[in-house]
Amino acid sequence: MYKRLITAFAFASITFTASAETVPERAAPCLACHGERGTSETENTPSLGAQQAPYVLIQLFMFREKLRVFDTMNDMAKDLSDDDLRAFSDFIATLPKPVPPKDAGDSARMARGQALAHQYLCNNCHQPDFSGNDNVPHIANQREDYLSKTLSEYKDNSRHGYDGTMADVMQPVTKEQIADLAYYIAHFR
Amino acid sequence: MRNDLTTPLGLILAGAFFGALTLAAHAQQPANPPAAGAAPAAAQPLPPGSPLIGRPENEAAAKLAPVAPPPLAAAPDKLPLAKLKVPAGFNVEVYAAGMANARSLAQSDKGTVFVGSRLVDKVYAIVNKEGKRQVKVIASGLYRPNGVAFKDGTLYIAELSKVSKIEKIDDVIDSAPKPTVIYDHLPKDEAHGWKFIAIGPDNKLYVPVGQPGNNVLHDDAHGQIRRINLDGSGAEVYAVGVRNTVGFDWNPESKHLYFTDNGRDWLSETVPEDELNRVTKAGEDFGAPFCYQGNIIDQELGWGKSCSDYTSPVGLMGPHTAALGMRFYTGNMFPKSYRNAIFVARHGSWNKSKKHGGDVVVVKLDKVGKVKSVEPFLTGFLQDNKYVGRPVDVMQLKDGSLLVSDDWNGAVYRISYGKPKVAEE
Repeated sequence: MYKRLITAFAFASITFTASAETVPERAAPCLACHGERGTSETENTPSLGAQQAPYVLIQLFMFREKLRVFDTMNDMAKDLSDDDLRAFSDFIATLPKPVPPKDAGDSARMARGQALAHQYLCNNCHQPDFSGNDNVPHIANQREDYLSKTLSEYKDNSRHGYDGTMADVMQPVTKEQIADLAYYIAHFR
Repeated sequence: MRNDLTTPLGLILAGAFFGALTLAAHAQQPANPPAAGAAPAAAQPLPPGSPLIGRPENEAAAKLAPVAPPPLAAAPDKLPLAKLKVPAGFNVEVYAAGMANARSLAQSDKGTVFVGSRLVDKVYAIVNKEGKRQVKVIASGLYRPNGVAFKDGTLYIAELSKVSKIEKIDDVIDSAPKPTVIYDHLPKDEAHGWKFIAIGPDNKLYVPVGQPGNNVLHDDAHGQIRRINLDGSGAEVYAVGVRNTVGFDWNPESKHLYFTDNGRDWLSETVPEDELNRVTKAGEDFGAPFCYQGNIIDQELGWGKSCSDYTSPVGLMGPHTAALGMRFYTGNMFPKSYRNAIFVARHGSWNKSKKHGGDVVVVKLDKVGKVKSVEPFLTGFLQDNKYVGRPVDVMQLKDGSLLVSDDWNGAVYRISYGKPKVAEE
């Protein structure tokens, strides 16, 4: 896996310096890790399919400005212009929705996750189908490992959100609840 | 400062916040144990003070969420200048653009304008060089550096949980050193943690600490305005019962501190209104989170409390309008009727179906220093219930014109009177 990432980056730096390529061509290295068809098969790496363009723009901006710290993405984004950020965001929003896992999920865990998602009203800002809206991301069928990691990082504020909303929202959510929420949202149908 | 954060209160705080918005449905009676059968399979009772409290369970409320500005500053030709309206005789122009998330304003004695930010990590300077204005980034890598203030050559910057300074800023503006921290004995909460700062006539720096959530009980390190000496020493609490103030200034006549304070979310579409308050003596209590707008006892936390035990606001600024930056007008450029009036930037509501605010109003005071009138001054940021810009702070330039910052577009506008520079219909 790691090797594959490295290869992708080598390719990335070449691609980003070249000009006169289409956005999908330039985005190929992104999709090498994030999944060609909107669904990521890479550990801890999010699926990007059908992501809300304004949310992607905020994240790419934060990676470029190192407001969100993750070396790989900080490197990928560092030379992107404002127009690049907009173009990649718009392109990413056109990728097909992430595919749900084949198994329907353990019914007891799904029930617990659903109750929590309703209790904490994830389904309000993120919408009842978790497709997100504007600056609020699409989370339906996101990778379980990535959801779990992200929710934990918001909770301990090691991932700074654009604003403090998710840091606040996660305060009362326990570790066990994060696991159930991630499971439920990843398996959502 | 007493630290009350023992476990039970910690729990209360844990549930608390501004982000409240995102959540909140069941739990009309949060302090009660597990509302039996209320919510569908609620896994746990909500802790008292949880942000879930107060949000009504209906479709209209569920649609409301905080509005996030675009991360990129708008290009100068994409600014909504043509939509902005000012009273007859006034002109509005773009003063500077390209400053992502431009927030609080301060000015050096040499005319450099400093601009803080909240969602990015930068402090900007708008510099005049041989008649040409330039924007520079003078500090980056900061955490929510919303507040800026200037005194005797030194720039003060307030981040989420610390205050720092850069001395002789105008001399080092091209290669400013990293700011030196002078005060960091501050909580680190995200909710209402960003700060407006200003230096008073007593030569002290005033630093607010908001309440760490929408409507919460908290320890006595929160919900207040402190003041400190300019070297960071001598911190004292100056006002309490302050929910979240993001703008203040001193009345040029009475020397009293006036501050805007944002009321709680979710009480209703029409109340509470944001407050304009006046501090007449150190230590005054302005009521939050027990009493809002001087006459509403909070339905959850206000039991056993009375609004008469708190200082009432001198005026109300509209429901959920997010009254932020405010300054008294002492210049000579505007007509006499504006003298010692207060300009208030209302960032605009999110917690309201029909948005309200998103403008600059002019507040005139009566002889005893209470609000006599609130009138629109700069409007047009709100179009079809959507923002095309959001004003954050106002500041008078030395020539008597007024600057207005806009964090939606990353721009600063200048409003002048007379000799029109911009054609108005």
